[in-house]
Amino acid sequence: MAVLALLSLLSVACAPGQTTGGGGSTAGGKLGGTVNVLAVWSANEQDSFLAMIKPFEDQSGVKVNYESTRDINATLTTRLQAGNPPELAGIPGPGQMFDFAKAGQLKPLDNVLDMSAMSQQYAPDWVKLGQYNGKTYSIFIKTALKGLVWYNPKTFAAKGYTVPKTWADLTALQTKMKADGTAPWCIALESGTASGWPGSDWVKEIVLSQAGPTVYDSWWAGKQKWTSPEIKAAWTTWGGIVGTPGLVYGGPQFMVSTAFADGANPMYANPPKCLMHNQGSFMSDIITKANAGVTLGTDLSFFPLPDVDSKNAGAHVVAGDLFGMFKDTPQARALIKYLTTPAAQSIWVKRGGAISPNKQVALSDYPDATSKLIAEQLVGAKIARFDAGDLMPAAMSAQYFKDVLDFVQNPGKLDSILAASDAVQATAYK
Amino acid sequence: MPDLSQFLTNQLPTLVVAVIGVPVVIGLYIVGLEFLVRRLPDAVQPRARPWIWVGPALVFVTVFLVIPLISTIWISLQDKHGTAFVGLSNYLAVLSDPAVLLTIRNNLYWLVLYTFFTLLFGVMMAVLADRVPYETPVKSLIFMPMAISFVAMSVIWKFMYSYQPPGATQTGTLNFLLTSLLHIDPITWIQDQRFNNFALIAVAIWGWVGFAMVILSAALKGIPGDLLEAARVDGAGEITIFRRVIFPLLMPTVTVVATTLIIFALKAFDIVYVMTAGNFDTNILAVKMYQEYFVSADPGRSGAIAVILLVAVIPVLVFNLRQFRAQEARR
Amino acid sequence: MSVMAQERIEAPAWSARWLADRLGGVALHVAVIGLTIAWMVPTLGLFVSSFRHLTDISNTGWWTALSPPFNFTVENYSKVLAQNNLGTSFLNSIMITIPATIIPAALAAFAAYAFSWMKFWGRDILFLALVGLLAVPLQLTFIPVLKMFNSVGLSGTFLGIWLAHTGYGLPFAIYLLANFFRSLPTDLFESAEMDGASTLTVFFRIVLPLSVPAIASLVIFQFLWIWNDFLVALIYLGGTPPVAPMTVTVANLVNSLGSGYHLLTAAAFLSMIVPLIVFFSLQRFFVRGILAGSVKG
Repeated sequence: MAVLALLSLLSVACAPGQTTGGGGSTAGGKLGGTVNVLAVWSANEQDSFLAMIKPFEDQSGVKVNYESTRDINATLTTRLQAGNPPELAGIPGPGQMFDFAKAGQLKPLDNVLDMSAMSQQYAPDWVKLGQYNGKTYSIFIKTALKGLVWYNPKTFAAKGYTVPKTWADLTALQTKMKADGTAPWCIALESGTASGWPGSDWVKEIVLSQAGPTVYDSWWAGKQKWTSPEIKAAWTTWGGIVGTPGLVYGGPQFMVSTAFADGANPMYANPPKCLMHNQGSFMSDIITKANAGVTLGTDLSFFPLPDVDSKNAGAHVVAGDLFGMFKDTPQARALIKYLTTPAAQSIWVKRGGAISPNKQVALSDYPDATSKLIAEQLVGAKIARFDAGDLMPAAMSAQYFKDVLDFVQNPGKLDSILAASDAVQATAYK
Repeated sequence: MPDLSQFLTNQLPTLVVAVIGVPVVIGLYIVGLEFLVRRLPDAVQPRARPWIWVGPALVFVTVFLVIPLISTIWISLQDKHGTAFVGLSNYLAVLSDPAVLLTIRNNLYWLVLYTFFTLLFGVMMAVLADRVPYETPVKSLIFMPMAISFVAMSVIWKFMYSYQPPGATQTGTLNFLLTSLLHIDPITWIQDQRFNNFALIAVAIWGWVGFAMVILSAALKGIPGDLLEAARVDGAGEITIFRRVIFPLLMPTVTVVATTLIIFALKAFDIVYVMTAGNFDTNILAVKMYQEYFVSADPGRSGAIAVILLVAVIPVLVFNLRQFRAQEARR
Repeated sequence: MSVMAQERIEAPAWSARWLADRLGGVALHVAVIGLTIAWMVPTLGLFVSSFRHLTDISNTGWWTALSPPFNFTVENYSKVLAQNNLGTSFLNSIMITIPATIIPAALAAFAAYAFSWMKFWGRDILFLALVGLLAVPLQLTFIPVLKMFNSVGLSGTFLGIWLAHTGYGLPFAIYLLANFFRSLPTDLFESAEMDGASTLTVFFRIVLPLSVPAIASLVIFQFLWIWNDFLVALIYLGGTPPVAPMTVTVANLVNSLGSGYHLLTAAAFLSMIVPLIVFFSLQRFFVRGILAGSVKG
């Protein structure tokens, strides 16, 4: 009796559950079925992604079950190990992609995507970054440009400051600003479980433009020690800014305790408390939302962080959102193929906050002059390198972020900080 | 309202079946099996009966807690990739890692401060609120933090602990009080290694006093009123009544609350994970365990930390056993 | 309570004890109100902030909003309420929480009764092992349990999450209830036995009614923990709109770069409503004298 009642309960409770992927084609030649997608995008980003896949759902009849989580690493690892990964998922960075591919959890895409179209439409570097051992395992949906120094053109004009072209110009400018009584920089490092990453951007940009792409590549690959002169020099160069009193607003206390999204707000205090803020291309949106009356273009503009060594002129660190396939179904194949197309990517581009890795997305699709300029910078970069932190294994990049926090609080301890990173480097790549 | 119509057709039936069906199933289970037990010979009955009552609970904890625990112990004896048996080397590695030793120190702070103050304020509020006419509103306000989800918790304390450099407008409550009343420099509560562990523990205390208070208050209401009455008629002062009558009767419940708090202090996770992610020397065992698993992808070490955490509970259990036996003897 | 207080023998006016009692009364109110106010400050800060604009929140302290010029807004609330799927996820939370509170409470009451009033082999050790299981960090159970759920088709179902919450909630529930059951007077059970009452009668007619405050507090906490749970739901049920509870939907108010956190202020208050209703409605079971009356009767 009790068993019977339990059984009926079971069948009812199971009914409204998650639908699994697959399913045959429906009438009318449409593919039909469902596909589960897991990614980090929530709020306005989620809206943009859903807008991007809407035409796909309409055309194919496939229902996309989108699920968002901030802690994608833990969610994805758990589901993979338990055996029910989503068909498609965003991957935090190439570093993790290597791990998933190595473990055989990612499905190769070479036979799924139209590779000849891919090589025509994507810059070769973007295709290569999605590969592991010569096979394509992931694709980029959108990208971002790092190392942009945001500033207020009105303040610059009023004070007679000019945009620096070289590292020497920059040093001269910051000395002048300090002498004029305002801290040149605002730096904010707090970002929950990833606190420290905004500082890691500084360091990797300096490594790339000071020591060059070769050192940069062997560094993220775990072949260049943190204690090596080149990497140490990059930290020392950054230390010249964060370790010098008066160059950063609020000093180390402000840097470590301020949420990165609030980082540029002091620039718009009256009078301004700082004058420049080095952050990725997505920062303009955050600044204009949090500061009433700030308009992109008139009150907010950017210049690329000057290259430390002129022989590496035009070096840029870029980042992007990777997507991979964990379960091979016709629906998953159709969706990932669709996501690489210029038609799909231009949708997010038009809504703002994204730069397309696809060359066929027209510059005229970008919603404003500044984002158009950023897209141009990205396409025209002479030396483009992907975000080193995202390329490193998770344990290494976690240590990297921690190093940043330790360093700004105590620049004198650089040697022991870098030695700790070497210790992690020795095990993290295995 | 598409939501509502979908709910009415899809989920409401499930909910109704569940709300009616679940108690029916559970009721049928106990009544049915008791019926069977009573058919057993008299000598067997007392031996069979307890297992009917504890049976379902034991099945649940075995499936959801014991089996995963055993698999964790097994994993903790293997290497990072789960391919080779490595004996106790994960334990040795973990216990010689300065980062883990730091988490143990921090867990000790949690253990002592969080347990003591949560219990202290919990007892105070339960006992004192019992004597004022506005008991319900007071208890509700103390309880309120418990009802706030962890997602919102970090936002709340942002308003309390937030830091602006000296001279700037403070947006955090505590730093506003420091600068405007005491005229001293603001403090980075969450980052400054002198204060941050205590600042995090304070958040936990704030959140959990409601827990201690509600349970102790339930126990307090169970103390027969005529006992207190008799003591008052005898002319005992309120403090004497608390010490001689209330506290001894409350003691078993205090043990339960203290044990629960100690265990929660050992496995504390959310507050540290959300507010500092273990940076600035605030890391604790459960967060470290999580990081070893999901960041370093080292289930072996993660498992070793989990087992260490569980071993730390044993002294508390021994104390409980003594209490338990003493209570039994007094019957 | 108040009747009892009047029956007390009053100390003569201005005697040392009279004075101590009066001062004690004032100190009592000061202590209770003082602690309550201290406890309210963070929540008050959140509440005030939930009616402020983002630019105000990030540039000035919440207390400045309490003095003119007032610049309040309900924008945060309207944005949260306009969130897609908020209605569905509210109903999902109800779907998850109610059965996941009833099942462990009932099973825990059975087990606690056996642990406190029956003698059986291995009882103390089993009981302690149960308490010890309280210390198992839930994170380490996710992968093995999810594996099992996948093999029996329970992942992504409400039944699965009810069972999981039951397993996780039982150690505390049994520990708490056993403590209360154990403190019931022995003579109650002896006289019931002499009257020839069955085990079931004793449980349903004596143990449960006399433990109402304990059961009420258990229900409050079990309900609250599940209502506010984020991780267990995300792992076993998934975060897709048809099944996601409130906590998961609310977390989506903040984008991956952290903007939108100010909306959490309003969301926090909206999601607090249900647990507070549960708390208030169970508050009336926290009354003195249930036991006293029954012992005499």
